[in-house]
Amino acid sequence: MIDPRTGEYAVIAPGHNFRSVTQKIAGIVLTPNTPMAWWGGLFLAGTIAMGVVIGVTWLVLKGVGIWGVSIPGAWGFAIINFVWWIGIGHAGTLISAILLLFKQQWRNSINRFAEAMTIFAVCCAGMFPLLHVGRPWLGYWLLPYPNSMNVWPQFRSPLAWDVFAVSTYATISVVFWYMGMIPDFGTLRDRAKLPIAKYFYGLLSLGWRGSTRHWIRYESASLLLAGLSTPLVLSVHTTISFDFAVAAMAGWHTTIFPPYFVAGAVYSGFAMVLTLAIPIRKFYHLEDLVTLRHLDNMSKVMLATGSIVAYGYAMEVFMSWYSASHWEFFMMWNRMFGPMGWAYWVLILTNIAIPQATLWWRKCRVSVWWLFVLSFIINIGMWFERFVIVVTSLYRDYLPSSWGTYRATKWDYMLFIGTWGFFTVLFLLFARLAPMIPMSEIRMMLPQTKVRPGGATADHVVEEAL
Amino acid sequence: MPVREGVYGLLAEFNTPSELVHATEMAHRAGYRRMECYTPYPVEEAAEALRFHKTGVPLMCLIGGIAGLITGYGLEVWINVWGYPLNIRAMPLFSWPAFVIPGYEWTILFAGLSAAFGMLAQNGLPQLYHPLFNAPNFASGATTDKFFLCLEAHDPKFSATETRAFLEKFSPVSVVEVDH
Repeated sequence: MIDPRTGEYAVIAPGHNFRSVTQKIAGIVLTPNTPMAWWGGLFLAGTIAMGVVIGVTWLVLKGVGIWGVSIPGAWGFAIINFVWWIGIGHAGTLISAILLLFKQQWRNSINRFAEAMTIFAVCCAGMFPLLHVGRPWLGYWLLPYPNSMNVWPQFRSPLAWDVFAVSTYATISVVFWYMGMIPDFGTLRDRAKLPIAKYFYGLLSLGWRGSTRHWIRYESASLLLAGLSTPLVLSVHTTISFDFAVAAMAGWHTTIFPPYFVAGAVYSGFAMVLTLAIPIRKFYHLEDLVTLRHLDNMSKVMLATGSIVAYGYAMEVFMSWYSASHWEFFMMWNRMFGPMGWAYWVLILTNIAIPQATLWWRKCRVSVWWLFVLSFIINIGMWFERFVIVVTSLYRDYLPSSWGTYRATKWDYMLFIGTWGFFTVLFLLFARLAPMIPMSEIRMMLPQTKVRPGGATADHVVEEAL
Repeated sequence: MPVREGVYGLLAEFNTPSELVHATEMAHRAGYRRMECYTPYPVEEAAEALRFHKTGVPLMCLIGGIAGLITGYGLEVWINVWGYPLNIRAMPLFSWPAFVIPGYEWTILFAGLSAAFGMLAQNGLPQLYHPLFNAPNFASGATTDKFFLCLEAHDPKFSATETRAFLEKFSPVSVVEVDH
């Protein structure tokens, strides 16, 4: 509903108080009746996640030869999926950190599950480079540690930077996410009826009791973590873009990659937030807390980042001509009209044409079913973007004698589709076991929080707010 | 170290943050110092009434960040110049710009962990037992929708009868005695 005072959609539907929002959110977790649909979803997602189990097992037994990677296409699905998943994660950090610094209060409702999405996406992403190294059980060789081989990492390579960027990102995201949940675990501990729930939420809450001195330190730490996560999230996708940009490969060796990658990451991430938020608000009846305002605002962010991405595409085309480099020019021609040219046009259609044709209108931005469809369209488009960048630059490089092609195998598809199931399983468990919406932050947005000098009672405050 | 038996303090329950802040302010003016507010979300005005402004968290974060920077960057320089020198594309062994990103990531890693764990350490968490959890109204309301002021027994001004009378003046929902 539209607030007459601001002309915008209300962030929280009116008529809520501290108790009602707490009951609403805690009730989802503490109810003894798990909805049948949840079990159905878990079963389906778990079945799909078997793709990861089977795919990884066979990979470990046989080696990366079961994938479609070969020379010249040495980076295939694994790198595409890695960049795609980690990009999805970036929206969660953007919501939890950057929007907090900008005091965008509407973010409070979607903050927690967006952060959870980040962590689960990073779990899916991290799997791929680890498997791509060929011997995943030796993955710890990437880390600097004293060993009997007397070998150390080589820090002039962006691939080594990546290890640090992604591991820091995963760690800080988990810490930020958990820290945000401590007060809410306290609420769950106090409201739980089941002894086992009381016990585990009690442990997870670390004995949180809402002391004011604790809150002030907590807020200070939250703000600091937000301040640290902001440059972190920008640096992570920048570093990933360096994996490409530092290489002397036509189509990769450009300076526009860092901002264009970060914008693309946020773009696909917000699409994924919508993919998750729309069914959740419907299924758990959270329309009062995740309102049309949120959908509208997220669409605006997608519109902005989508435009940056479109600018990036245009600039790539322009530079391939302006650079006067024969190879750059051929790469772009091959990308558009070569044997895999269809992928380029899919990405133009799904990332630019369809979103730009609809998101400029508020009617489309608040149409729930359209946004749900669009979120899938954009994520397909963003996957194709990475496909185009990785594959079409590699398979026809400088020397025509070394040209080849790239074909993903069934194992590539199995693992990729398996990660969707894995991600969904993790998310369903999170939705059932942890508070999806930060209760303490929602309470801060209610009109009852206003402090009047002289000790106004509840009735005064509510009257004033109305 | 306060005595761990007997009365912990008197706990007054309020329905609104305004009443809580008012009572806290008055208690401070009346000379009470050992007191604490408990709220379901951060109430900055309560912290002002308690005269609690400065936290050590930013300093811990800064120290952590500097330590991370020195550790990360120092490690890279040591590895690439002394520990395992490799000639890569004839770049200098000390190619400092290439070392910036991992050093930067470790700065953030150490700073973030110091801020989060420093906050918990300063708050004395995890602390699974606290006398206040003995008060039934505290357990059901403090993390949901009630606002509490606790005047603690080890305050020199504390007296079971006078402090209770003092708190009753602010028309709280209840004033209960909390035991250790």
